[in-house]
Amino acid sequence: MGIRFILMVNKQGQTRLAQYYEYLTLEERRALEPEIVRKCLARTEQQILCKAVIHVYDADVYLYMEQCSFVEHRNYKIVYRRYASLFFLVGVDNDENELAILEFIHLLVETMDRHFGNVCELDIMFHLEKAHFMLEEMVMNGCIVETNKSSILAPIQLMDKMN
Amino acid sequence: MALSGMRGLSVFISDVRNCPNKEQERLRVDKELGNVRTRFKNEKGLTPYEKKKYVWKMLYIYMLGYDVDFGHMEAVSLISAPKYPEKQVGYIVTACLLNENHDFLRLAINTVRNDIIGRNETFQCLALTMVGNIGGREFAESLAPDVQKLLISSSYRPLVRKKAALCLLRLYRKNPDVVNVDGWADRMAQLLDERDLGVLTSSMSLLVALVSNHYDAYWSCLPKCVKILERLARNQDIPQEYTYYGIPSPWLQVKTMRALQYFPTVEDPNTRRSLFEVLQRILMGTDVVKNVNKNNASHAVLFEALALVMHLDAEKEMMSQCVALLGKFIAVREPNIRYLGLENMTRMLMVTDVQDIIKRHQAQIITSLKDPDIRRALDLLYGMCDVSNAKDIVEELLQYLSTADFAMREELSLKAAILAEKFAPDLSWYVDVILQLIDKAGDFVSDDIWFRVVQFVTNNEDLQPYAAAKAREYLDKPAIHETMVKVSAYIIGEFGHLLARRPGCSPKELFTVIHEKLPAVTTSTIPILLSTYAKIFMHTQPPDQELQNQIWSIFNKYESCIDVEIQQRAAEYLALSRRGADLVDILAEMPKFPERQSALIKKAEDTEVDTAEQSAIKLRAQQQTSSALVVTDQRPANGTPPVNQLGLVKMPSMSSNADHNSTDQGLSQENGTLSKVDPQPPSADLLGDLLGPLAIEGRPATAGQQQQTVTPGLGSDPNAVDASAIVPVGEEQNSVQPIGNIAERFHALCLKDSGVLYEDPNIQIGVKSEWRLHQGFLVLFLGNKNTSPLVSVQAIILPPSHLKMELSLVPDTIPPRAQVQCPLEVVNLRPSRDVAVLDFSYKFGNNMVNVKLRLPAVLSKFLQPIPVSTEEFFPQWRSLSGPPLKLQEVVRGVKPMPLVEMANLLNSFRLMVCPALDPNPNNLVASTTFYSENTRAMLCLVRAICLFPGLQTLIGGITAQLNPQLSVRIETDPADRTQLRMTVASGDPTLTLELKEFIKEQLVFMPPAPHAPGPVPPAPPVAQPTSPVAALTDPGAMLAGLL
Repeated sequence: MGIRFILMVNKQGQTRLAQYYEYLTLEERRALEPEIVRKCLARTEQQILCKAVIHVYDADVYLYMEQCSFVEHRNYKIVYRRYASLFFLVGVDNDENELAILEFIHLLVETMDRHFGNVCELDIMFHLEKAHFMLEEMVMNGCIVETNKSSILAPIQLMDKMN
Repeated sequence: MALSGMRGLSVFISDVRNCPNKEQERLRVDKELGNVRTRFKNEKGLTPYEKKKYVWKMLYIYMLGYDVDFGHMEAVSLISAPKYPEKQVGYIVTACLLNENHDFLRLAINTVRNDIIGRNETFQCLALTMVGNIGGREFAESLAPDVQKLLISSSYRPLVRKKAALCLLRLYRKNPDVVNVDGWADRMAQLLDERDLGVLTSSMSLLVALVSNHYDAYWSCLPKCVKILERLARNQDIPQEYTYYGIPSPWLQVKTMRALQYFPTVEDPNTRRSLFEVLQRILMGTDVVKNVNKNNASHAVLFEALALVMHLDAEKEMMSQCVALLGKFIAVREPNIRYLGLENMTRMLMVTDVQDIIKRHQAQIITSLKDPDIRRALDLLYGMCDVSNAKDIVEELLQYLSTADFAMREELSLKAAILAEKFAPDLSWYVDVILQLIDKAGDFVSDDIWFRVVQFVTNNEDLQPYAAAKAREYLDKPAIHETMVKVSAYIIGEFGHLLARRPGCSPKELFTVIHEKLPAVTTSTIPILLSTYAKIFMHTQPPDQELQNQIWSIFNKYESCIDVEIQQRAAEYLALSRRGADLVDILAEMPKFPERQSALIKKAEDTEVDTAEQSAIKLRAQQQTSSALVVTDQRPANGTPPVNQLGLVKMPSMSSNADHNSTDQGLSQENGTLSKVDPQPPSADLLGDLLGPLAIEGRPATAGQQQQTVTPGLGSDPNAVDASAIVPVGEEQNSVQPIGNIAERFHALCLKDSGVLYEDPNIQIGVKSEWRLHQGFLVLFLGNKNTSPLVSVQAIILPPSHLKMELSLVPDTIPPRAQVQCPLEVVNLRPSRDVAVLDFSYKFGNNMVNVKLRLPAVLSKFLQPIPVSTEEFFPQWRSLSGPPLKLQEVVRGVKPMPLVEMANLLNSFRLMVCPALDPNPNNLVASTTFYSENTRAMLCLVRAICLFPGLQTLIGGITAQLNPQLSVRIETDPADRTQLRMTVASGDPTLTLELKEFIKEQLVFMPPAPHAPGPVPPAPPVAQPTSPVAALTDPGAMLAGLL
């Protein structure tokens, strides 16, 4: 299966986009989302705290405190990345290649960036449908379909022309 | 910021965003839901644009976590809209809101199919995507051929075909038959020739799914995958848009290497060479660069390549390269790479024999414990720990424990406890570790951990004073954890008296220091403290009046405690302590614990199951390690003879009793006491323990007195006298003494199919066997109990003429703590009582050890019990008249046993006793079928009659006539059961004779002649009265007997 879900959540824990590739009931989603968001937020908080300490003490020692972008959660992993106020969280199977997913997140952001120009949380929020279209072109049934940005954006441009 | 084309949607999203709190948000959402619902109700008035807008609002609300229980129909109906924008919304929102079993989805199948086979490729894409995301079984059945056509046909553009590939993957998962068509593998291989990387990426995902189930159908795809890798790695013909930070599609590279990991090997030498060239290039050519994205992408490829190299079992040189790379990674600052380095090193540990190279990085790995992502390092350390580095690793874990994240502490302490137990170089260190563990992280130390340390201390006398002194030290600390109170109180109660002459350790002082803790503890601890008081009181010699009053007043107080456990103990101890001398007997030291599997290890195994990965590597690793055996450390503790062992696994108490005979032989004989040998076969679960992943343990020596306490009156049973006196041929020259009685072990194995055949301080040989007609399949489990290898291992089978035996290759060396399995096949040619002998030798240090062991491939193993009715029995019995087909013998000196037991004995030799067949209830009749290659199935009848003046009793057995037959008849005398008349009959004279003799051997008590050569089995263990001894096998009863 590979990718189980992709979430975009802001610092306040508000979901901006949620796409699941395995069916979860609403209750399951309601339980899952805050849980993993809390987990990942806590990690980055800690990271920021550590970075603050760096200036005071020995940088080398405290740089070690930085946490990695992979969190084990239940029986799968979450690969996450933060862009300004927005977190991208991708749930993957345990044997998935984590770094490949991490860069796939970046590819997604770059693609949105190309379309929106300096993409921000509000773009995704107010253009929910476009964000969905892009994702739809990139991931299907938990597998990566396309990594070529022009191909990904072609249908959206087509639609823009039609509107 | 450009607003969405749908103004109403933007306004709503904006409203929700501006809500100051959750309550307001809910109100706004409810209002909108009401609005949408009303609009949907008069559907006729809705334009497609409005419909689209409302459907998006529903999706948005659903995403926020509110239930949307209406409007699904509207979403689905948009699928059939003629225009692209509406259709698109319909497909996407349907895929988000509905699951594959939703009824509405079925309604849309036709529309979806029309879109898929239609000519509009944008519609095709939308439909394929939705089916690929939520298509169910029905879709698989009706759409699969169409989707396949789209994927294969080159007349469709890549944008359609790439979606068709993943759509087909979905349909395949719903119904694997959709691609189980002839020639699909060839088509799949053709697909891999595709130039378009989009189609190739999707097709590779499809291939991964297919080969993960049936790789053997797809061998033709393997060279194509290697070609794709070559193309990517050499950056040939890769469009700019498919390179990511200069790296040709890292995702496709990763997927391709993943697909290759599902093939067990790469056989074709050319393909293999090409593949290794590519892998080598990736391994060596990946540099750390400044750009984070480029770095991540290239390392994603690199880690996948590492996994593939591990999978392919590359040459040692390449493996060392990999470990060197991983060693580099775990030292870098970048947390992701470090994490993956640790994770992959853990995998490496399981797959190949590079442990030693990995150990060089131990210091670095230990540093990684300070990472916030400690788990990876912990797993790796746990995996790489062995006797050589246990001390370092466990002490690091302990040190780290007090600063570790709370969430990690339980796992940390459990793992530290397990490692300490598994690999302790000496027992006092183990005790130190556990006590430190309790001291530092008492809250996270489960009861299992302290129970375990108590077991060890109880079972190892050398350890007791040390443990007591340690416990005493901890009690001096001002605030100790309640678990520490429990464990130290228990140890002081049991062994505190061993400290008597040390300062601060008089009974009174011990009492005081423990009693100080009482006000702070919970009710679960108080019973333990009460027992401790009782024991301290018992050990106070001469009695101390003041202490007595103090303790009595405590018992008095708790006698009316509301907690039943406390109340009962207080009341009983008070009563007991007034009985004077009796107290000493009743409150004597606790008996040794029966060895059992460590609850901790079991627990750890259980938790591992939860997180088990499904990756190809891991699966393989599990298969490889499953035969490994963890054996206890046999190194003598504190310089004493090897009686103290860190037992890991439960052994039935019976065999430990037997062991005491040999390990404590000197002691028991000196005292004139004898350990009673339990006649019952070991419990059935012996094998599970023995052959499980953690087999073997040593067992503690037991003092003879204890045994005597349990079985008074049985100690003088003459039958047990020289149970251990039969020494295998050549045994005398060995300096290594066997543990347990070899003859008894053989005998037990004659009765059952698995168990221990031989054990000494260095090795344990277990046998598991299966018997089918005239064939036997045995597996010998050779377990090295030591931490150094056993060399010059030799096992030669000396088969008697009637058995054809074939032993598979036995390795020359058994690695430390490893178990080797050697299958052995047996074919029975004809009836005979002769026994096969295993001539086994090995070298340990300078000692050559050689033993000759009888193998339990005895006559009875080739018998198959068979019931016969009266109508069948007697005609056959009569038809076999007189010698040599029917033989009769009066057997004297039979071990006395009740009739029931004799029946059981016959049954256990696969002679089926047929009750009520003989008119006389005192007679036994049994029947069985004998199998050999020459005679095939042959029926045997047995009848035993007790010789009682004037009365004949049938005991033997009889069988029906299929082929040549055999019957036995034994007549016994109810008054004098040492005599019986046995008649055996079958259609084959040799069989009759051999079976008669065989049964006789089992029935007759033969005084075991010391150094008796040849295969004369001593009968005693088989046939003794069981009832009084039953208590011995049950540790609970044993305890009860003592208390």
